[in-house]
Amino acid sequence: MIVIIDYGLGNILAFANTYKRLNVGVKVARKADDLTDATKLILPGVGAFDRAMDLFQQSGMRERTEELVLGQKVPVLGICVGMQILASASEEGVSPGLGWVQGTVRKFDVASLPHSTHLPHMGWNDVMPLRQTALFDQLQNDARFYFLHSYYFQCANQHDALAQAKYGDNFTCAVNHENVYGVQFHPEKSHHYGAQLLKNFADL
Amino acid sequence: MLRPRIIPCLLVRDKGLVKTVKFANEKYVGDPINAVRIFNEKEVDELIVLDIDATVKGVGPDMKMIERLAAECRMPLCYGGGIKTVEQARSIIGLGVEKVALSSAVLANPGLVADIAREIGRQSVVVVLDVKKKLFGGKYEVWTHNAKVNTHKNPIEFARQLEDLGAGEIVLNSIDNDGVMKGYDLGLVEKVRKATTIPMSVVGGAGSLQDLAGLIGKFGIIGAVAGSLFVFKGAYKAVLINYPSTAEKDKLIQEAYPC
Repeated sequence: MIVIIDYGLGNILAFANTYKRLNVGVKVARKADDLTDATKLILPGVGAFDRAMDLFQQSGMRERTEELVLGQKVPVLGICVGMQILASASEEGVSPGLGWVQGTVRKFDVASLPHSTHLPHMGWNDVMPLRQTALFDQLQNDARFYFLHSYYFQCANQHDALAQAKYGDNFTCAVNHENVYGVQFHPEKSHHYGAQLLKNFADL
Repeated sequence: MLRPRIIPCLLVRDKGLVKTVKFANEKYVGDPINAVRIFNEKEVDELIVLDIDATVKGVGPDMKMIERLAAECRMPLCYGGGIKTVEQARSIIGLGVEKVALSSAVLANPGLVADIAREIGRQSVVVVLDVKKKLFGGKYEVWTHNAKVNTHKNPIEFARQLEDLGAGEIVLNSIDNDGVMKGYDLGLVEKVRKATTIPMSVVGGAGSLQDLAGLIGKFGIIGAVAGSLFVFKGAYKAVLINYPSTAEKDKLIQEAYPC
């Protein structure tokens, strides 16, 4: 069963509705016991890095989630700030991240942008996978997703960068280390492209 | 590359969709949920829904309606209407809405932008400025309460202040051009664009895809918003929800803003 971790941030309903349309069963977890039978985990999130870390900590689900992800190697997909907290640290805050994927979350350098609109990076952008991966099955050639953020994930190990997009410079917009996946964009709000990616995650 | 956004804007009154001309002469155009379903099929870039009753009647946002809209939307949703507190903004984001649009409450208390941005992140804080040109002198002023109350604020200076306070996006709404379908007020857009760097969307006046292309051609990364264009068809304004296909949209953007 795919379990969506509801620690108080992110669009839980949108994920549940997408999977309902795909005929994939999901469950929403609000406490540690709800995580028990998870075979896949989704870690959503919007807003600020420190707030996401605080809320995840306070939810009482962090420890059980770490057992599943790091111990039992259950696949997990972090979304937006849920992806950023996979990193070790962020320029946006002072809290340490989860550190499941080595890297630092950095603010975009607006000096590299050729246009007068700067931050947040808002709207639909092309996503280019950097290697063959089941997560981007049928999305290798034409993948566009909705972005809404001002910080991006800089991987410590380039091999963990799964896909990139261009905003001024190229930046990493999807990461993967072993069973841990993260995407900066919002698949739950990216029409058929997003539904395909969430289906791919379910099929991993 | 990041694409300009092409965005339908829906107005809600008494749980139904309406469309206005210069903020008056409203016409009933259908059911909001039904419209969202059609826009899902058309894969629109984003959707803006504004409840034009809430502030005027002094009632808060209709959370039940917002929850139904958010659950139905497969595209990013921006909701506005009646939001006055941090708590309301947080609740709306919690229902699965990507962005909240503020207007009269921020004109009365600009600091609210900072308070809400701290809570939900600045990327989700949108301010709608309803702007009208003064009859004499050509200066612009920001109005609220469906163009009934003049705040006498200068939209260009106020937009800059909003950016400093932590707004994530400005939606510039031309009262004079609303529903007229003769094109955007590009001069106004240029003044506000030069004063700010946060994303901006423009509504009021789009009557054809050419009008959208004109805006995109001039400003590149921008949100081209339209109401009438996406709900009416033909000279007699028959209600027919429409939106360019992905191929048409790609072509329009490619021609207007090659990069």
